Amino acid sequence: MTTTRLNPMEMDAIASRHPELLKSSTSKRVRTAAIAGGVVVYLIFSWWFFSIGQVLGNANWGIAGTYLADWVSYEVRPEIHVAPDRTMSLNYQRNSPLGHNPNPDWVELDKETVTRKVEIPASTTQAAKPKASSSFSFMTPGSALGATATAEAEARVETRTEEVLTRVVVTYDHSTRIEIADGLVRATHGGDTLVMAVDGAETVSPQGALPTWATQKRPGEKIVLAFGATGWAEVEGDEVSVRNRFFGWANFLFDTNSPFFGKSYGEVVSLITSDERLDPKRSNLSLAWNNILYNAEWQHLDVWTKLLQTVVMAFVGTLFASLIAFPLCFLAARNITPSFMTNQLVKRFFDFLRSVDMFIWALFFTRAFGPGPLAGISAIFFTDTGTLGKLYSEALENIDDKQREGVKSVGAAPLAVQRFGVLPQVLPVFASQALYFWESNTRSATIIGAVGAGGIGLKLWEAMRTNSDWENVAYMVLLILLVVFIFDSISNACRSRLMGSKAH
Amino acid sequence: MATSLLPRQLSDNGAVIERHWQELSSRRRLYSWLGFGILFLALSGSLWFANDSNAGKFFDRLPHFFDFVGDLAPRDGLEIFRAMFDLPSPYDDGSFKYNYPEGRLYLTESFYIPEYVHKMLETVNIAIFSTVIGTALGFVLCFLAARNLMPNPWIRGLVRRVMEILRAFPEVVIAGFFLAILSLGPIPAIAAVSIHTIGALGKLFYEVVENADMKPDEGLRAAGGNWIERVWFGMVPQVLPNFTSYFLLRLEINVRASTIIGAVGGGGIGELLRLSIGQGHQAKTLAIVILLFATIFAVDQFSAWLRRRLVGEQAFQLAQ
Repeated sequence: MTTTRLNPMEMDAIASRHPELLKSSTSKRVRTAAIAGGVVVYLIFSWWFFSIGQVLGNANWGIAGTYLADWVSYEVRPEIHVAPDRTMSLNYQRNSPLGHNPNPDWVELDKETVTRKVEIPASTTQAAKPKASSSFSFMTPGSALGATATAEAEARVETRTEEVLTRVVVTYDHSTRIEIADGLVRATHGGDTLVMAVDGAETVSPQGALPTWATQKRPGEKIVLAFGATGWAEVEGDEVSVRNRFFGWANFLFDTNSPFFGKSYGEVVSLITSDERLDPKRSNLSLAWNNILYNAEWQHLDVWTKLLQTVVMAFVGTLFASLIAFPLCFLAARNITPSFMTNQLVKRFFDFLRSVDMFIWALFFTRAFGPGPLAGISAIFFTDTGTLGKLYSEALENIDDKQREGVKSVGAAPLAVQRFGVLPQVLPVFASQALYFWESNTRSATIIGAVGAGGIGLKLWEAMRTNSDWENVAYMVLLILLVVFIFDSISNACRSRLMGSKAH
Repeated sequence: MATSLLPRQLSDNGAVIERHWQELSSRRRLYSWLGFGILFLALSGSLWFANDSNAGKFFDRLPHFFDFVGDLAPRDGLEIFRAMFDLPSPYDDGSFKYNYPEGRLYLTESFYIPEYVHKMLETVNIAIFSTVIGTALGFVLCFLAARNLMPNPWIRGLVRRVMEILRAFPEVVIAGFFLAILSLGPIPAIAAVSIHTIGALGKLFYEVVENADMKPDEGLRAAGGNWIERVWFGMVPQVLPNFTSYFLLRLEINVRASTIIGAVGGGGIGELLRLSIGQGHQAKTLAIVILLFATIFAVDQFSAWLRRRLVGEQAFQLAQ
């Protein structure tokens, strides 16, 4: 078997005969090194220019995890207030996902009725808890929640008989629980138990060393217990704040005001099919549908309407742009209209429309039409007339001249030459590009929406600004991805039919 | 008409062909009209919906369409120039409207960069930086997504799905998320734009790689080159011009994108423009618009020139 291995002498001989093959030219080597060095220098400069290291160092990465977890989960926050006499009371957050009178099975309570003296300070304005408003009138115009009565009270001492809690047990999961009784908070997580004494006022004192999941900045101050994905808790002198995290989107269909809230799917279905009307004015089905659409937490109807606006903005904007760009591109193509002045004029006009940019157009049209999809449509229309016009005229300049000449040679009128000699060549390209821009505008319409030009952008932006509605952001992002994916497929299918296998 | 040249009387076969042709063309015409009808219905429905859900109605607002143009006219033409270069205004009354010199960024005792030029540079720099990052990561990923270099369908599919998600994920959300973690500033915009760029460029890149000539690769494989050597010596030299062209194209798009992201809280010129339009500062608005227009125009022209030199006319066929 012969091998192609060369001996060193042969190699040298080849090298001396063809030096240019083995040695790249100096300028080439220098250029590569210069480009690589330039990029590195630029990256270092940008690191300094944007002070990236400093910003990343100061960032609150702990909260990033919480925000990300909020996308797909929710917290229930019972707060246990500990009085100096070691009795306790329990509150849930306002708008708790568990409804108005939550009584979850992961919180165990021991109650006792006591009579004691309570001091009521003068400044206390006690807002009566809004009465659970009749769910039947939910979101119908003019139905304010139950009137909130405020009671001003003088400073006085009152004797009250009330029910207090003597023992509270919160169970996070099988290995994590918190038990509070007699001024002692006993937290168990992953086999370790931490006992903390709370005095009902200021100080928390842990008994024994803190396990890794508990942190206390200074002695006596609050202790933060981090239980990982299942939640966390904060122990203060007079309060234990429990944050129990559950996977999923809370109350996605029915909010806590709906009569269907808290019912299993089977119960909801049997309620809908039963003849007994929850609201005498309408059937249970329409009530259920109405409750879903006007869900206060998720605002399904509003989200869908805004998403439809985004889609409409992209559709109408692109369609109008291609309709206007179509006649203009014939004027811009130098092989169709042989006038240099006209070509340049129309091409510079296209450049102008493109360079002013969708964002500036969006801001202007928001001023002109008021916020809403009309502004978005106009912005997309103006920008894309420029872009499509440019692409169309380039497509026209690249056509095959033979067909035109053929049609011209049989004595066809100028319009017929364009119709039969030019259009059949470029129409698939035109349509394909319009489809591509329709699809890509569906994405950009989201962004210009955020500056007020209609669509889901603004809603998305507002949901993010509150920093507490990340699950709504996730919902909207999911819907946007779905819509973009569907349009992507439609436009790809149409384009590959138009262009044959050429189009990607 | 062409038909007049044909004999009136067709043979039986001719008549069948004629009839089939008539049927086909009438069906085709029907489909065309049906298509136009659906398009028209969709368009009118969309227009009605858009008009109905807009704050101002189209026909109510149309007479006042150019009102805001009047609002934009500054007190004199030179004001625009003064606003752009931070020169003191004769109308200065201490309000934010005429406080041009306050934005100056002094580099030395007497030499300063005007505020808007500085912010414009920041925006352009955001675009360049994120395009560089996006290109670098897209470059690494594209070889893993190309059919001809990555025979394993699982890795290929995974990388492609990742790119799709990066591409379709709304930029606003990425910017908003980083804005919540980091403080206000350009980094949320950089993150948003680069993440989108990775997905967009990765797709274009792997399509280039899939269309590349495989002969150098075969040679390297025959000589026993490993995967990295095959990519580096067989693939990269032939795809580099196209990659550079797409890099420049993306730069054009990213200058616009970073302006918009800036307007929703990412710093740079976009935020200033939104504020200045909202507060009705005519000269400042016009100065920014002119600056922005000139910058975008210049970047576009420069990139078109460079792309034409790199890959010739090919760079201009359905570029994006």
